[in-house]
Amino acid sequence: MKAILGIALRSAWSRRGTLALVLLSVALSSFLLLGVERLRQDVRENFAQSVSGTDLIVGARGGSLQLLLYAVFRVGGATNNVRLSSLEEIARHRAVAWMVPLSLGDSHRGFPVLATTPGYFEHFRWGDKQPLRLAEGRAFSGDLAGLYEVVLGAEVAAALGYRLGDKLTLSHGGGEMPGAEHADKPFTVIGILQRTGTPVDRTLHVSLQAMEAIHLDWVAGVPLPGQKISAEQARAADLTPKQVTAALIGLKNRAAVFSVQRAIADYEAEPLMAVLPGVALDELWDVVGAGERALLAMSALVAVVSLAGLVAVVLAGLNERRRELAVLRAVGAAPRHVLWMLAAEGALVTLLGVLAGTAAVAMATVLAAPTLQTRFGIGLRLAPPDATQWALLGAVLAAGFLASLVPGWQAYRLSLADGLSPRA
Amino acid sequence: MIDATELRYRWPGSREDCLDIERLQIERGRSVFLHGPSGSGKSTLLGLLAGVLLPRSGQVHLLGTDWAALSGARRDAFRADHVGYIFQQFNLLPYLSVLDNVLLPCRFSALRRQRADAAAGTARAGAQALLQQVGLGSALWARPAAQLSVGQQQRVAAARALLGRPELVIADEPTSALDAALRDSFMALLLKQCREAGSTLVFVSHDERLAAAFDETLALARINRAAVAEAA
Repeated sequence: MKAILGIALRSAWSRRGTLALVLLSVALSSFLLLGVERLRQDVRENFAQSVSGTDLIVGARGGSLQLLLYAVFRVGGATNNVRLSSLEEIARHRAVAWMVPLSLGDSHRGFPVLATTPGYFEHFRWGDKQPLRLAEGRAFSGDLAGLYEVVLGAEVAAALGYRLGDKLTLSHGGGEMPGAEHADKPFTVIGILQRTGTPVDRTLHVSLQAMEAIHLDWVAGVPLPGQKISAEQARAADLTPKQVTAALIGLKNRAAVFSVQRAIADYEAEPLMAVLPGVALDELWDVVGAGERALLAMSALVAVVSLAGLVAVVLAGLNERRRELAVLRAVGAAPRHVLWMLAAEGALVTLLGVLAGTAAVAMATVLAAPTLQTRFGIGLRLAPPDATQWALLGAVLAAGFLASLVPGWQAYRLSLADGLSPRA
Repeated sequence: MIDATELRYRWPGSREDCLDIERLQIERGRSVFLHGPSGSGKSTLLGLLAGVLLPRSGQVHLLGTDWAALSGARRDAFRADHVGYIFQQFNLLPYLSVLDNVLLPCRFSALRRQRADAAAGTARAGAQALLQQVGLGSALWARPAAQLSVGQQQRVAAARALLGRPELVIADEPTSALDAALRDSFMALLLKQCREAGSTLVFVSHDERLAAAFDETLALARINRAAVAEAA
């Protein structure tokens, strides 16, 4: 077979124009296949990285997936709030180590605002149990002196160009209603968090009391007419929050997680629920999984089409190559040599295509990573292919080789039938 | 050298034999001119002699070996070892250099490589010497074969057919694409080279004027009984 390999290479090189097009289509399909798989993995990884060290998420009774989505990913909203007193009672359960209440609903230029306690910065963990760290400044203290203080996620600061000491105002709700600005109570940036690659980056953090203060003169989502409470007057008011959206809970011992979950579900004063983040994430994958599979199936189809193109191109060129095959036969090549020559050509084109596709994925990762990070909060990593991705690449290669056996076999039959005198 | 007996062949799908030869013997080292009109089965006979086709009945022996007794792979190897073949035209792989085209048989036949090595030190040197002898100077050797004129290409094909001194050289109308002057010089060259290499030459043409230079002349129409039957 060594005899024919060099000839196969030269022969392929002489038809490089056509083969380059085939190579391109194979590259494109492996780019898609690998890219979709890589994106899928990285998105999952990102989601899974978003919360760690939190044993339970507590909210009003409803869908557990919905609770996870708004409490961790700031997507969607809660149908019902939770009384803070209930949460404080739960926090006194002997198995609970800490409880961090979360209050959501306001925004700043499209970025969600999270009202919480200073304990959030202490207890919240992401990725591999990593704590939040400040890149600049400090966290808010939660007392009256620092009432209008805000700590920005890395992405908020980067995208909007905020620095320590800058002033900003919050919008009521998602900011979709004009005039629903808490313009009278501006906040001062006192801290900027380090980048985490999680929804924290896109979040503005204020204290629960601040959240109360800016809503003192609001009822049911609109400012009370004729009633104005200035930022200073608000300090004197009772700023103890009555209700929050959800809470994160950490346990002293993870083994107690199901008994605490049950205790919360059985809480009598209010209908509550608690979800395990991991379980809720699995539920999320179940929902997203169908879409992912559809995408992957589409990419697989593209791969099949491009390999069919490979076969078609090589087959179409075969008739013109009958002379070449007869010459090879005349100098001593056997039909099996001819078969291997075409199979080797297909395999080589597929291999180069797959390599080019892989390189393109790496390049696209590098180029697209900043945009994806800022626009969607998805952190792409440049990493060697994992087992699944290797399997995909291997499948494309194997399919390419098998596909090129088709023209190889055709050439084998042709050169047997033609012998030394092709009737072309 | 070549001994064919009771040879019958028909193309797949055909109801009539296109070749029916009682006996064909060719001695070692002879140059044989085989002529016949187009369609008289010349190429078919060459295919049978070279072991690319197998007869429906009867036997073809080359160097005492019955082609039909060999497996497909063995036939290919045996052909590579003992037969040089020249086509009417398009003999060369256009993407290989002239020298690489001449060296092609050595890729597939260890025997011919050994012989070429033994004769000239290396097969490459042997190929270069042959190219010199057919009048193609070193300036052409590295050129892609596609750049050569038809006459030059046929001479490269002759050099290739002779490299490693195969016992049998088969030439299938190698001069039909050449003009008269080129044809005569090519003929002279081919005959001389075959004689020097000790190779048997079976040369097929419909142009009977070429017959004079050969040891023997065979009219296919005379030995092929199928053609006679058809004509009658």
